[in-house]
Parts: sequence; structure tokens; C-alpha cells
Amino acid sequence: MEFQALEISFKLAILTSLLLLPIGIALGRFIAWSHRPWVPVLQTLIFLPLVLPPTVLGYYFLVAFSGQAPFGSLWETLFNKSLNFSFEGLLIASIIANLPFSVQPIQHAFSSIDRDLRDAARTCGLNAWQAFFKIELPLIWPGLAGAFVLTFAHTLGEFGVVLMVGGNLSGETRTLSIAIYDQVQAFNLEAAGQMALVLLALAFVSLLLLQGLGQFRQRRKI
Amino acid sequence: MTLGLYLDFDLESCGKIPLKAKLHIQPRELVALLGPSGSGKTTLLRSLAGLYTEVTGHIQSGNIDWLNSTQKIQIKPEQRSLGMVFQNYALFPHLTALQNVMLPLFKLSKRDANQKALDWLARVHLSGLELRKPHELSGGQRQRVALARALVAEPRLLLLDEPFSAVDQATRHKLRRELALLRHQIEAPTLLVTHDLEEALQLADRICVLHHGQILQVATPDELMSHPRSPTVARLLGMHNLFKGIVKDVSKTQITLDWCGKTLLITTQKTYKVGQTIEWMATPQSLILHRPDRPSNGDKENPIEGRIEELVMLGPHVSISVRPTHAPELPLRFFIPRHFVERQDLRMGMSIFVSLLGEQLHIFD
Repeated sequence: MEFQALEISFKLAILTSLLLLPIGIALGRFIAWSHRPWVPVLQTLIFLPLVLPPTVLGYYFLVAFSGQAPFGSLWETLFNKSLNFSFEGLLIASIIANLPFSVQPIQHAFSSIDRDLRDAARTCGLNAWQAFFKIELPLIWPGLAGAFVLTFAHTLGEFGVVLMVGGNLSGETRTLSIAIYDQVQAFNLEAAGQMALVLLALAFVSLLLLQGLGQFRQRRKI
Repeated sequence: MTLGLYLDFDLESCGKIPLKAKLHIQPRELVALLGPSGSGKTTLLRSLAGLYTEVTGHIQSGNIDWLNSTQKIQIKPEQRSLGMVFQNYALFPHLTALQNVMLPLFKLSKRDANQKALDWLARVHLSGLELRKPHELSGGQRQRVALARALVAEPRLLLLDEPFSAVDQATRHKLRRELALLRHQIEAPTLLVTHDLEEALQLADRICVLHHGQILQVATPDELMSHPRSPTVARLLGMHNLFKGIVKDVSKTQITLDWCGKTLLITTQKTYKVGQTIEWMATPQSLILHRPDRPSNGDKENPIEGRIEELVMLGPHVSISVRPTHAPELPLRFFIPRHFVERQDLRMGMSIFVSLLGEQLHIFD
């Protein structure tokens, strides 16, 4: 078992899931409730990572993160460090690649809040922020938990994007799934098997949690 | 304080939904907005709440401007101090009945808010159910929580959007009675949206008839039922027997009308010109069915001969349709008691006399 790879995988998964929560809330709420004509375009963009091959996605990240691209060079002047083949670069790529897994459940949660309920909050005297914290947040939390679990599980298992953007730098970008691939290439099937089992167990527990959340949501519906 | 709580508005839509409405409502007054679905009732209500903003004009609650398009004033819903009951109550599902009612009191201390909310729950007969969540309450109980939540913060305006439509008949009657009792304690003006005429007649001080976003008539229930302003209003109120006629002769107290060849005498103080075409209505009070064995009397009662075309039993009432001999294409429809039908042995196809009492016939302006 490569504990360093496990640690990096965990760190990446937790940071990705946490940082995606506010982003997912902002985007999910906007898409669920806005009637602007360009919302479908935004939604399509967010959903692109779902169907694009990870290599294609990874390729564009590589290009955008390079010192020649505006974003990459800005990052380099700000932090004096290249994004490609670094943990930070991996994290940004992972956040964007996981957008659909975060936005979708949160958007669903917001859509299920009735318009009358939002109006009632306002006629009760709550301003937008008060309504968000007192009414919306307590109602969407199963969606938030779902988004967290889904992005966590998906990031743990991400392979293509990680390999393209992060490469295989031990202690920096070598995640568990990369390590498994590496061990198989080296015919070290026993080590690969152990790590594969860890990922399998984590994926199973995550999906079980999601099922439980779904049932909770159904029970609370009036 | 009471004097300051009137509501005055003059609104015109600048969006897709048509709306043009102007009204002044007194403190403590309950005005029913009556109209078929799609008539703009809910849009008007949401405009007053500030939830629908594609309107121009002005809304004034006492001396406070909620909307004034010329001065570019538009107050947000949460700053209007409103009470609103939604069609499906819109109770917050994650909060208990007590927490729902406490929510508008977030500016008070927790203790005061708690006490006030408990008082209001008691006033709507929900003591003991404070800790239930909305899904653990019946429809009627939910409506009461919604009403308490709307009233607890002493709003400047109470808006009720079809508050009785989501409960069964028995509960509806009970809740209506409770509102009729409660409303005398409410200082603010109240607007009740309904498509139920009976509900409007029972609860409202004045009824405002809305159609295609326009106010067609505002009147007390009695006035509205006896003098609908136009045939459209009469039809919206479910009235039948609307006809046209030509004025043949006028005197001080009555006119002589030619109704498709039949002469009718109608009592009226208003002046009409000979030859003028008018629209008139045989109100339910104006129609008298004669016993088959004792047909017509004087001309003043405008006897009409006809044939019974339809007899439909509707509980204790019978809907009867009579085709006049002189104009079979214009049937008269009205209700008579079931026992009359049985005692007189009325049957379809039977020849019969109907009187149209000249004093009760209504002429549209």
C-alpha cells in the first residue's frame, strides 16, 4: 500500500469537494431559478466534462496552465510556480472536471423549492441572505451532502485528467489510481490489488450514503 | 394608526400578463378579487406584494409609497410589512408550526417572539400542535398556521390567495367562519383572491370583479348581485337570461320593451330613447313559474308562454329551462324547488306560463 499516494488522493478529493460546495451552490441556484435565455448554454458548458474524454479535458488544462497561456502565466507571476505537474494545478483541474457532479444535485435541490416558498420567505420579511440561511440552506442540505459525496468519490477515482495535468510525481501528484496503474505496469499485481480494493470499498460506501440521502429527501417531502 | 392603514393603488402591467387595476381599500375592509382562472387575480396580488414587478403606477399603504413609478420608488417585498397566505400555504417544511409563525418576528427577542407566536397559534385554535411539522398537520391546520404566520407581525396589508381552495368542503366552511370572526380583529385592509362567488359573497365587504386583468366592477355583494354593471359581469357571476330588446315607449316610471315581438313592461327611473336597443336580464327574483292549472294574470307581470325543455334535479332544487313560444331560440333558465315540480307534476314538453316581474328586471347601462 502506498500511503503517500492514498494521502494525496484523500487531500485532493476533500479539497475538491469542499471548494466545489460554494461554487456548486452559486451555479446550481442560478441555473435552477434564472429564466435568462443563455442559461442552457451555461448548463451545457458545466456538463461538458461529463462526456468529454478525460484526455481531451486534460489536454486543454495543460494548454491553459502553461506559461504561454494567459491563465498559466498569471499564476506563475503571482505564485512563482508552474501550475502544470503541481498539486495546485491538479486541484484546479479536478474542480472544473467535477463541476457537473457538484452542480447537478444542488441544482435539483434548489429546483424542488417551490416558488411560493421563496415568496413566503420574502413576505415574512426576510431579505435574500436571511432567506438563504434560514430557509434555502436547511432545505437543500441533502443535495449539498449528495454533491459532496459524489465529487469526493469521483475525484478519488479520477485517472485521465490527473495523469495529463499532474503526471506521476511522487508526493506531489501521484494519486492512488495512478499508483495502481503504475504497479500493474510493473507486474506488481498484489500491491495494485490492495489499492484497488481500497478504492472499491470507498466507492461502495459513498454510493450507499447517496442512496440513504435520497431516501431521506423523499421522506421529508410534504 | 387605523386611519393610516388604507391601501390605494393604480397599476398597469408593462409585462406579458395584462393588468389594469385601480382601487382604494379602507382599513379593516375585506375586498374579494373575483374572477375566473387567468383573469389576473393572483398577478394583481403578487404585484401588490412586490413579488411581480412588471407593473407601473403607484401603490400606497397609508402615507408610505410602496411603488411610485414617476418617482422611481419600488420597495422590496420584505420591507412592505405584508401578511400573505398562499394557495398551498407555503409553510416551511423544515420548521415546526411554532417556528413558522415565529419567523416574521426575527427582529424581536426570542422570548417575545415565542410568546407572540404562541398567542397567535391559540387564536387560530392550534394550541398543543406547536411542535408539529407541516407534514404532520391536516390541510385545515396548515391553513391556520399560514394565517397565524401572515398576521403575527401586524401587517399593513393582508393578502389571501385562494386560501380555502386546498381543503375539503366541510373544512372550508369551518375556516370561512373562523376568518369571518377573526377579520374584525384585523386592522389592516385585506384582499382575498377567490374564484368562488359564494365565498366572496359570504366574506367580502366589497367584491372586485376581474377579467383579463381589468377591474370590471367593484361593489358590495348586494349591489353586485342585483345590479351587475355589464352583461360580461353578469355572465362571470354565473347569471343567465340575458337578452336584448328595443325600447318602444317611455314613461316616468317604466319603459315598454319589444323582446323579439313580445311586449314587456320594465320599471325604471332612468331615461331611454324610443328605438334604442338595450340589454336586459331576468334576475332570479324576477322569474315566477305559474301553476299549470292557474295560468297568467295582468300585463304588468309580463306573462310569457312557453314549453318546458329541461328539468334537471339538483338535490333540493331543480334547474328548469323554458322555451318561450314567441322566441324558442331564447330559453329562460332558472331554479325552482323540487317539491313544486313534484306537486304540480311538471314534465318535459309541458306548456307553461312564466312571469317576468317588471320591478325586478335589470337593464344594463
